[in-house]
Amino acid sequence: MQYHTPSSFDDAVAIAKDAQGVTRFLAGGTDVLVQLRADIVTPDVLIDIKKIAGVSEISREGDGWRIGVAVTGAEMTEHDTLGKEWPGLVEAMDLIGSTQVQGRATLTGNLCNGSPAADSVPAMVAAGVTVSVTGPNGARRVAVEDIPTAPGKTSLTAGEMVTAVHVPARGAHAGDAYLRFIPRTEMDIAVVGCGINLRLDGKKIIEARVSLGAVAPTVLLVEDAAKAIIGTELDDAALDALAAAASVACKPINDKRGTIEFRTHVAGVLAKRAAKIAYQRAEAAS
Amino acid sequence: MAFDDVKTDNFKVVGQRVKRPDGIDKVTGKAKFGADVVAPGMLFAAIIRSPHAHARIVKIDTTKAAALKGVKGFVTRADFATGLKGGNLDILENVMAGEKALYDGHAVAAVAATSALIARDAAKLVEVEYEILPHVTDVDKAMLADAPVIREGAADKSVPEGMHPNVVRYHESGHGDVEAGFAAADLVVEDSFLTEATHQGYIEPHACLAQLGKDNKGELWCCTQGHWNVQKLCAEMLGMETSQLRVTASEIGGGFGGKTAVFIEPVALALARKTNRPVKLVMSRSEVFRATGPTSSTSMDVKIGMTKDGIITAGEGTFRLQGGAFPGAPMEFTAMCAFAPYNLENVKQVGYDVLANRPKQAAYRAPGSPMAAFAVESVIDELCKKLDLDPIEVRLKNASKQGTKASFGPTWDRIGLVETLEAAQTHPHYSAPLKEGQGRGVSCGFWFNHGGETSVTLALSEDGTAQLSVGTPDIGGSRASMAQMAAEELGIPYDSVRATVADTATLGYNEVSHGSRVTYASGLATIKAARAAVKILCARAAAKWGIDEDAVVWEDGCAKPSGPNAGDFDPLPIEKLTRSMGRTGGPIVGHFEATPEGAGVSFATHIVDAEVDKETGQTKIVRYTVVQDAGKAINPTYVEGQFQGGAAQGIGWALNEEYIYGEDGRLQNAVFLDYRIPVASDLPMIDTVIVEVPNPGHPYGVRGVGETSICPPLAAIANAVSSAAGVRLKQLPMSPPRILAALDKQANG
Amino acid sequence: MIHVSTKINGDDVEFLCDPRETLLDTLRDKLGLTGSKEGCGTGDCGACSVTMDGRLVCSCLVLGAEAEGKEIETVEGIADGENLHLLQEKFIEHAALQCGVCTPGILVATKSLLEKHPDPTETQVRYWLAGNLCRCTGYDKIIRAVMETAADLREAS
Repeated sequence: MQYHTPSSFDDAVAIAKDAQGVTRFLAGGTDVLVQLRADIVTPDVLIDIKKIAGVSEISREGDGWRIGVAVTGAEMTEHDTLGKEWPGLVEAMDLIGSTQVQGRATLTGNLCNGSPAADSVPAMVAAGVTVSVTGPNGARRVAVEDIPTAPGKTSLTAGEMVTAVHVPARGAHAGDAYLRFIPRTEMDIAVVGCGINLRLDGKKIIEARVSLGAVAPTVLLVEDAAKAIIGTELDDAALDALAAAASVACKPINDKRGTIEFRTHVAGVLAKRAAKIAYQRAEAAS
Repeated sequence: MAFDDVKTDNFKVVGQRVKRPDGIDKVTGKAKFGADVVAPGMLFAAIIRSPHAHARIVKIDTTKAAALKGVKGFVTRADFATGLKGGNLDILENVMAGEKALYDGHAVAAVAATSALIARDAAKLVEVEYEILPHVTDVDKAMLADAPVIREGAADKSVPEGMHPNVVRYHESGHGDVEAGFAAADLVVEDSFLTEATHQGYIEPHACLAQLGKDNKGELWCCTQGHWNVQKLCAEMLGMETSQLRVTASEIGGGFGGKTAVFIEPVALALARKTNRPVKLVMSRSEVFRATGPTSSTSMDVKIGMTKDGIITAGEGTFRLQGGAFPGAPMEFTAMCAFAPYNLENVKQVGYDVLANRPKQAAYRAPGSPMAAFAVESVIDELCKKLDLDPIEVRLKNASKQGTKASFGPTWDRIGLVETLEAAQTHPHYSAPLKEGQGRGVSCGFWFNHGGETSVTLALSEDGTAQLSVGTPDIGGSRASMAQMAAEELGIPYDSVRATVADTATLGYNEVSHGSRVTYASGLATIKAARAAVKILCARAAAKWGIDEDAVVWEDGCAKPSGPNAGDFDPLPIEKLTRSMGRTGGPIVGHFEATPEGAGVSFATHIVDAEVDKETGQTKIVRYTVVQDAGKAINPTYVEGQFQGGAAQGIGWALNEEYIYGEDGRLQNAVFLDYRIPVASDLPMIDTVIVEVPNPGHPYGVRGVGETSICPPLAAIANAVSSAAGVRLKQLPMSPPRILAALDKQANG
Repeated sequence: MIHVSTKINGDDVEFLCDPRETLLDTLRDKLGLTGSKEGCGTGDCGACSVTMDGRLVCSCLVLGAEAEGKEIETVEGIADGENLHLLQEKFIEHAALQCGVCTPGILVATKSLLEKHPDPTETQVRYWLAGNLCRCTGYDKIIRAVMETAADLREAS
């Protein structure tokens, strides 16, 4: 295995473009090193991107945010403003792994690992987060929901890499939330995850995005679930409609972490609970 | 004090919460665990394992791997001794597959190389050709007529005719007439229960360092619960004389029964002999899960009859355990422990030991007992609910006590079940109000405890301090309790005794640290070894004073004249006697070797409150209390630690831990991410009550405490969860999908 | 092989490592610092916890090569010579260890917690330590030792 520490994205892309065999980018390493140790993926070329300028910064971008690709979960949690605007997104990232993992894991890594159960991804999808992608054929901006294509697979082509995460402006009267179900209180992979982001006009929901994780080959953006609550004041009927739409959208599998029936049912339960939290946050937001 | 007195009060050191002697090493990173030992020129090894649940090994080709730079040698089954029989052949077969791989993870070859990375790379290059055979991993399916036969001719004579060849042993015990008992009951409840296999989950993977020359003289360092057992088994498998192999036990990073067996040690020795270099072999976590010794999984039927005022009229249980591809599932323990807490006129228990394509089971803390308690105590709980009776009252009414006949035959000596039940009944936990969504469960549990071959030496130093050599690896702070007992007898400060786990060349045979035997058996031997040293000290004093040996007593670390000579001479402190020992007859050493058989059995009663989220099936343990009879707590802090640890492991077993096999017979969750042991945020504080009903078989009344603590939790939690959820849970673990499914089944028929 | 210059427990250290080697491999096999343990190799047990530039990480999920230019602290650096850190004293006093193999990781993680949060709640301690598996104690005595250390350190400061 070759190990590279390029000092610019251009250099990183150049190394990746010429690389023979399996190439991986290394940020926090909490997936790459696990796969290496478990003999699941042994890269031929490993490109550590942490020496590239600016990758560890969280900065304002208009009224939104630009999050560097090596920013860790712990750094997001410790940031004094990001979590006030996007608590659901920051909490979703914070749910991943242990304190130790938080010291290393990144949003970009969580996204590019391609797991349908990645906790930060439904929260990013609900929030309308986009990423900058650079590769041998230039740069492009991609919505987070368009990155994963199947378990462990992404739409990034050979030599392409994510160079920044863009979180939209929070705007007024809005809130987000992410909840996941795990059997223990910590250290598990989501059996179901649900991210919800909504905006109010008075008490009425005027915008909403609902996203589900771990219930299909990729994280889902569930438009019918959003429709179920848009125009409502999140009364019981709206919550029931939300839960039903969330459950209907599920295309889960039976595996060691949960059954089809369980995931389908709990998706609805979590959607309701997350919606209530997002709604309260939106009400509290000025 | 006379030589063989039993001492039950006026302790000076025993009963104190002293600090463990290995504490500083363990908080500074100095302690040497299995993987921390090195030798000059050592190689690193890796094992090639079967990815198939059941397959014939057609060919092993090491050509490509051997071409890798740094690779020094391979071993396969051909490098081990032949002619082994019975249990030892099974162990060898498990250590290294012969003709067939019998489970996913079964070792088929091993390689040694100059680095761990090269060894792992080489292992991937070894080409093994398999002929895949049909497999079975489920205990009930393994007994069906069409189940694949895992090993021909493995059954012993106990198995009734007509059973599938996978049923290899059978047990039946009990007394009275259960049918008459059921007829006399006001209510009979009968149900079936399932438990999945769990793993001990010790944090330290198995590790060893082996040296073995062509002269067949060897050295082995390893993390084990019993290095004499390792010595004996490895010597047999390598075709060596036992005494030519010296085994040293490293610090051990948890065992709980799982490190009573050998897995990698014979392989490392074989590679060391083949390469003529020291070889280090360390398991990965996934190897630990796939290829060490998890528990049995079980399928159980229990039927109990009760009168309306809570007297059990009869109990009957059938316990089917799969213990992997080899005989040995502890089904007789399951059967014998099932009804042990109760004084029954009519009782019958039947056990089946069933083979399946899984790793050979190993002991896990009271092997077989927790599952039995789960089934029996669930049925008792159901009877109490249906008859509207208090669960502790019912258990008190039926409790085994001194003089009653045990469900498996013998008559009980002094036992402490009633005392634990009474302490539980009056504990504030039992009467505390429950919140909405919460349920309370109680359960009793039983474990035999064990004595076993034991050998201890206590050597006095010239300054009057003591070096205590024991042969039972310290798996929970036993060096502290041994030193306390020695200090008590010698009348010297705790800190003046250095307790060490000696290697196999230094002491006589010591059985494994298992069966909750260490504080009992090594403790008894320590006391007797100290008394032997005291006897010599008294003799030296008598000689100095010119009086009869019997006229000298030992008190507070001094020899004193007694009887007619009392007060004639000034007391002689230990250091005066040891300083002159070279001139007065030579070194003073006390030792004791025996197989003590008076291990007192132990009972416990647990109370647990659980809260169930009925929308997601998630369970939270909100309060937990352990009440257990320790006989005599030598170090109450470490006794509490055993109680708490057993309860925590039981919580994991009850709620989330399980071996999950796919249709392909492969283990799906061989990582801590998906084999879900409790994490700190899952658990509440665990309250403990130490009951002390002295064991007549130990000089201080000690009973083993390590294992009984895991017997009640599965049932206590199942009873609490069933109360909270409003539906009886009959399958472990009670994972969220299972709880939701049970609720759904209840709601929709 | 990659040449790495780093600082471990305050000492300048240089080593050569294979790019696949983890920091844990390097600490244990190259530098003889065997206090950090490998319980899983996949970041699930925390027995290999160290801090890197003050940040708590699993050394099994860090490459040896990534230590270049960093400051690493391990369990071996917690005591000041022969003087134990109060946390170490409390762990012994409370019997917050049985087998002791998880202890190095738990001590490193707890020290990091108390530096960031000197007055943690029990819940905060439990969640902070959720990535440090202990199979012996049921965590009860560990949590008590941590809470008491935190209280004593606050009083002393």
